[in-house]
Amino acid sequence: MTPVLLWTDLLLFVLLGGIALFVWHARRHDHLRRPWRYVAGSRVGMATAVILSAYVVIGVLDSLHFQPHGGKASDDVLSLFDWLVGDLREHQEKTYSAPFSAWLYAKESIEQPDGTIVRAYPRLRWGGAALRDPRRERGADIARRVGLGAGAALLLLAALYLPLAWRIARRDGVSLGAALHGLFIRRRGRVAWPAFHLTMAVLVVSAGVLIALAAGYHVFGTDKVGEDVFYQALKSIRTGLLIGTLTTLVMLPAALLLGILAGYYRGWIDDLIQYLYTTLSSIPGVLLIAAAILMLQVYMAEHAAEFDSLARRADLRLLFLCVILGITSWTTLCRLLRGETLKLRELEYVQAARAFGVRGPAILSRHILPNVMHIVLISIVLDFSGLVLAEAVLAYVNIGVDPTMNSWGNMINSARLELAREPIVWWSLAAAFVFMFVLVLAANLFADVVRDAFDPRLGRGRG
Amino acid sequence: MMAYIVRRALYAIPILIGVNIITFVLFFVLNSPDDMARLHLGTKHVTPEAISAWKHEHGYDKPLLFNARRDGIEALTDTIFFRNSARLFAFDFGLSDSGRDIGHDIAQRMWPSLAIAVPTLLVGLAINITLALMLALFRATYLDFWGVVIAVAMMSISSLFYIIGGQFLLGKLLHLVPISGYDTGAAAWKFLVLPVIVGVISGIGSGVRWYRTLFLEEIGKDYVRTARAKGLGEMRLMFAHVLRNALIPILTGVVVILPLLFMGSLLVESFFGIPGLGSYTIDAINRQDFAIVRSMVFLGSVMYILGLILTDVSYTLVDPRVRLS
Repeated sequence: MTPVLLWTDLLLFVLLGGIALFVWHARRHDHLRRPWRYVAGSRVGMATAVILSAYVVIGVLDSLHFQPHGGKASDDVLSLFDWLVGDLREHQEKTYSAPFSAWLYAKESIEQPDGTIVRAYPRLRWGGAALRDPRRERGADIARRVGLGAGAALLLLAALYLPLAWRIARRDGVSLGAALHGLFIRRRGRVAWPAFHLTMAVLVVSAGVLIALAAGYHVFGTDKVGEDVFYQALKSIRTGLLIGTLTTLVMLPAALLLGILAGYYRGWIDDLIQYLYTTLSSIPGVLLIAAAILMLQVYMAEHAAEFDSLARRADLRLLFLCVILGITSWTTLCRLLRGETLKLRELEYVQAARAFGVRGPAILSRHILPNVMHIVLISIVLDFSGLVLAEAVLAYVNIGVDPTMNSWGNMINSARLELAREPIVWWSLAAAFVFMFVLVLAANLFADVVRDAFDPRLGRGRG
Repeated sequence: MMAYIVRRALYAIPILIGVNIITFVLFFVLNSPDDMARLHLGTKHVTPEAISAWKHEHGYDKPLLFNARRDGIEALTDTIFFRNSARLFAFDFGLSDSGRDIGHDIAQRMWPSLAIAVPTLLVGLAINITLALMLALFRATYLDFWGVVIAVAMMSISSLFYIIGGQFLLGKLLHLVPISGYDTGAAAWKFLVLPVIVGVISGIGSGVRWYRTLFLEEIGKDYVRTARAKGLGEMRLMFAHVLRNALIPILTGVVVILPLLFMGSLLVESFFGIPGLGSYTIDAINRQDFAIVRSMVFLGSVMYILGLILTDVSYTLVDPRVRLS
């Protein structure tokens, strides 16, 4: 087993490291913590933060790559997540099958024990394979699995929360029931812990049910080549998260530097930078992406030898897509930063610093930069959901991520033609849309809370 | 006013030159014409003669920027840059890689694009403003709260879902309208209904939320409080003062996208099989027709800059406080 570090993995870990550094830094500075206290005090903020973290955990697990049989070129690149869900990945059927079905979608010629050949729906290899007569037993089996999964999840929750509630009860001298009520329902203090715990509980129970069901059935059916759709949807999380975050991250240094340079120095520097971003933003985004991806395809076709494994090739294309998306979207941030810097440079404390003889670079880094960071943060959070949605659209135009890579866009793109079939194949679409909707909705709601917390006009993040 | 417009139009020229250089670098410097020829001719059994024949046919066999073999002005004009990129400035798009006249195609295909984009914009605007005004009128009530929740949920749904869902529900289950296709003249209306409905619905979420914010911002201003203190009724206040003042940012936001309307919507057009400029672009991307993509990039940039100029002009027309300098 050899660990593999793809480019996007590296950038993701750099991003996580950056967030960790920021948290460590913010812990000791009260003015940095204040807006986050507002976020923590909001029920919506806490609930969506839990959901987003669940996505992030899966995405990070899926970013720890390794090659199981040493570093041979032909070896598949797997991730820790693949290893954890092992069965789900290996349970391949022949072709489509509906969610929870025990039979294949298409009829086949099956040889009966007495030698005759019948056209019938063959049983699935994995879905409902443990049942002898699925028609009668399936309902009971599904109910049993739901019960088992939910029961196990509730036991886990009890093991986590009962000791906590017991300690609270003993500390405050109240009954155990009152302590539980305080944990899950009634909010005490500034932080919206009940929203956190409730969302956590819902998440754990649904995860338990899904795990119990996925062990015996294809919860979201299988796709054209028989791969489990639930597995694909989970694998797509990493792609969605990377597109949503890395895109803003890769062009962030350029946007920051150019934005505050243009705003602070004005004159010909300002003219030049304005010219640069007006030119870039005047090219329609989709066309620029299309042109760049076309060029990448030509380049990859010419230099096929340089991309030894499928995973590396797909990864490079993902990274390239992030960069191109970044190039088309950094101009808005740059314009915002320039405007804010124009305002800041006239404030008294910046003038005082200049009067004391502090040099330009020092003013920029000590006085301007910390005061525009809230704009950067808000725009990162606000852009995220739009980028996740854009990925699906780009995949439809064939200029998205590599077709071999798991992504919601690719799932939708390959499934939409199957809607014409009878009976229709709807489950790939449904799975992709549901996973995308939950992520984007959580991100949108979270972004609203963050924006409220940082918006100086509302004066909220001060309490 | 006129002087301002002329100055802005002149200012657009360096930007368009920049756009041209970027596309030129993307299409000809990073990838040599040889690569493009090989892509079009396929990878197998390609002789050097076939490649040079393809390059000659499409005019890609000339030097990039400077032709040393010609004299005088010809040294600059008989190059790939001049023949393929510079002449875009005269809106002379030339021939596509498959030999069709791009300018003619664009002129023909802009009408279906407009036939979808204009109704979508107008109906969407009317619905969004009405809904947003209603939420602002009932602000801080349950109606407002759930309205915003629904708007955020609608924003979070992929536009692909609206398209596929609309086609499935109206086209396949209810058989009300054809799923996709197009017809000439007035017979096209039944093909236009579904794309327009889908376009309007997919825009409601973000539109209502944005307009509601604009209305609320206006309601919070001092003159509204003064008007209310004078005893003005809530309805009259909303329609006579708030709506009229909030229309300024709404209108200018619409003006900026007006020129881009005729570029069409890539997604809607190709899903519904409408022969507009959006599906033209997608087809070109899929067929890897560089000449068309290049022309559309240029055209899109021109339209974007036109939109910016129109926005500034419209500001002075609707808001007497703004003076162009």
